[in-house]
Amino acid sequence: MKFFNFHLMPYRHADLDAIEQNGSAWVTYSNRHYDPAKGAELYHEYLDQMELADKLGFDGVCLNEHHQTAYGMMPIPGVLAGALARSVKRAKLAILGRALPLLNNPLMVAEEYAMLDNLTRGRFIAGFVRGIGAEYHAMGINPVTSQERYAEAHDLIVRAWTEPGPFAYEGRHYHFNYVNPWPRPYQTPHPPIWIPSQGSSSTIKWAAQRRYTYAQTLSPIAVVARFFQMYRDEAEKTGYTPSPDQLAWSNTIYVAETDEKAMREARPHLEALVNRFLKMPVEMLLPPGYSNIESMKRVRAAKVTGKVTSVEELNKTGVVIVGSPNTVREKLAEYQDLAGFNTSLTKTQFGTLPDDMTRANMTAIAEEILPHLRNRLPQGKQQAAAE
Amino acid sequence: MADHTTTTVAVRGCNIKLMRGGSGPPLLFLHGASGAASWLPFMQALAARFDVIVPQHPGFDESDTPDWLDTIHDLAYFYLDFLDQLDLKHVHLVGASLGGWIAAELAVRNTQRLASLTLIDAAGIHVPGVKQLDLFLGSDEQRIRDFFYDQKCADEMIARLIRPELEDTNMKNRIATAKLAWQPRLFDPHLHKWLHRIDVPTLIVWGANDRVFPEEYAYAYQRLIPGAKAIVIPECGHIPQVEKSAVFLSELTAFIDSMRKAA
Repeated sequence: MKFFNFHLMPYRHADLDAIEQNGSAWVTYSNRHYDPAKGAELYHEYLDQMELADKLGFDGVCLNEHHQTAYGMMPIPGVLAGALARSVKRAKLAILGRALPLLNNPLMVAEEYAMLDNLTRGRFIAGFVRGIGAEYHAMGINPVTSQERYAEAHDLIVRAWTEPGPFAYEGRHYHFNYVNPWPRPYQTPHPPIWIPSQGSSSTIKWAAQRRYTYAQTLSPIAVVARFFQMYRDEAEKTGYTPSPDQLAWSNTIYVAETDEKAMREARPHLEALVNRFLKMPVEMLLPPGYSNIESMKRVRAAKVTGKVTSVEELNKTGVVIVGSPNTVREKLAEYQDLAGFNTSLTKTQFGTLPDDMTRANMTAIAEEILPHLRNRLPQGKQQAAAE
Repeated sequence: MADHTTTTVAVRGCNIKLMRGGSGPPLLFLHGASGAASWLPFMQALAARFDVIVPQHPGFDESDTPDWLDTIHDLAYFYLDFLDQLDLKHVHLVGASLGGWIAAELAVRNTQRLASLTLIDAAGIHVPGVKQLDLFLGSDEQRIRDFFYDQKCADEMIARLIRPELEDTNMKNRIATAKLAWQPRLFDPHLHKWLHRIDVPTLIVWGANDRVFPEEYAYAYQRLIPGAKAIVIPECGHIPQVEKSAVFLSELTAFIDSMRKAA
């Protein structure tokens, strides 16, 4: 199993009561609550943590993109990737990902990612996402054309990386007379493409058909297993058997000496993440047309956005793994066999977790977990387990 | 009910549902973002004097969602085709909210088949600095509440529209509205430049307490359309034809009568 240190870079000094009162940490939570002196410190603290991950032996570090929210301070992840491209010496550097439909000129992502691939001499991983619904409120981009713009921007970027320029691109949403980006990507034919998703069946199928690594975000492990099985099925339909390397599970891990201590320490910070930073009204999460009517109804019916979740529940359903080194090792191995993934995208910092606890957690994971699972592959029949 | 008929009409391959009732000069009513699922009392009242025609826009309710539907301009041209196909002449065009926007876009393009234009709390233009509600961040129920000054009217509309069997239709209407109006939010930045082209008598009817398009919008439309008359109804929200239907009906008929006298 490969381990990536996935950072959301939350504004961890956020006033949780003010978020609760506002109903969300997104879009309408006033940036009056952002203190630049504290924010600047946080950027450096988080970048230092990413550099520590590299030194501790994590296989990679991951950034992502969200807008106008205390949930994550990375509206332009390329800035931070640029900062890390030279200081993270060995590990892979992933942006998971840039939200393509939000851009009126996705050719800039072809350029930005190619630059990062050159800067890292081929250690870059290129993630593409649509952004969550809140992004469409925040950035004034029409959610109804989001899927079309995503598909078209993706095609444009991949062609820009693989076809000699200049050539003309003629799409429905994007039109360019000259596609000819300098630099070209360092890796051949282009950086690995990873597709994070909340589990849309059309996205899973699309990623499987293109052999892109699929990353499942914040879900109970049984759901993760089902989506990964869907990916394997779609791959088989396309005519190949996917490697477990093509499946990445985005999780949160917290390790302490005992299960009890780990739960006690992680609790307020994890609950801040799921019950404050992640909370939003369903209309913000799912603007009209962001998904088709069937999946919108499914999410609305599940009332996912209003629920208050305890750490016990998150741990029990396998959204997170919190416990002693032994517990975490056992659960990770069990979940790996159940879902069949070979990459763990692990948030070692989450919610309001302070720097010293994050570093202790990262060190514990590096010393107690990584060495035991590094060479482990999924075992048994995932197909049976997922059913 | 025998007071109106519901038919399907195909206009250049696009099937739309159409309610029609009454007799007299044709009156084409273009509905707002919530659709036109039922024949409402104000339509029935108008049917006493007019041939009232209420289509469901392409993309809404039970009408087709054609591939060509991208912007409000597509609907303006669609309704010009529609008027040609039904060969309607001397039409009183009445549009509410999103439908008012379509009506204004249609009228700047071609008024040949129009006798008059009535805009009710219409979208389509932007007045800088006027605070407006965000129609896409609240719940369906809250949005309807925000439409009305009198919450009893909101209760009635909620009971009529927020029903499980209408969930798919409501979502379809929301998607069509977002497609047409998400950004720029509920206006066309170029429309205001061409409203001077409207050369038929124009009535602007507005609710004084409209929080979606506050009354400044009524006066802006009045300034931009030559000779337009504006009526702002007190204690009334975004949907005067429902909330203050008696006032709305008397203002509309008085306007059309005065037009006839002038002619």
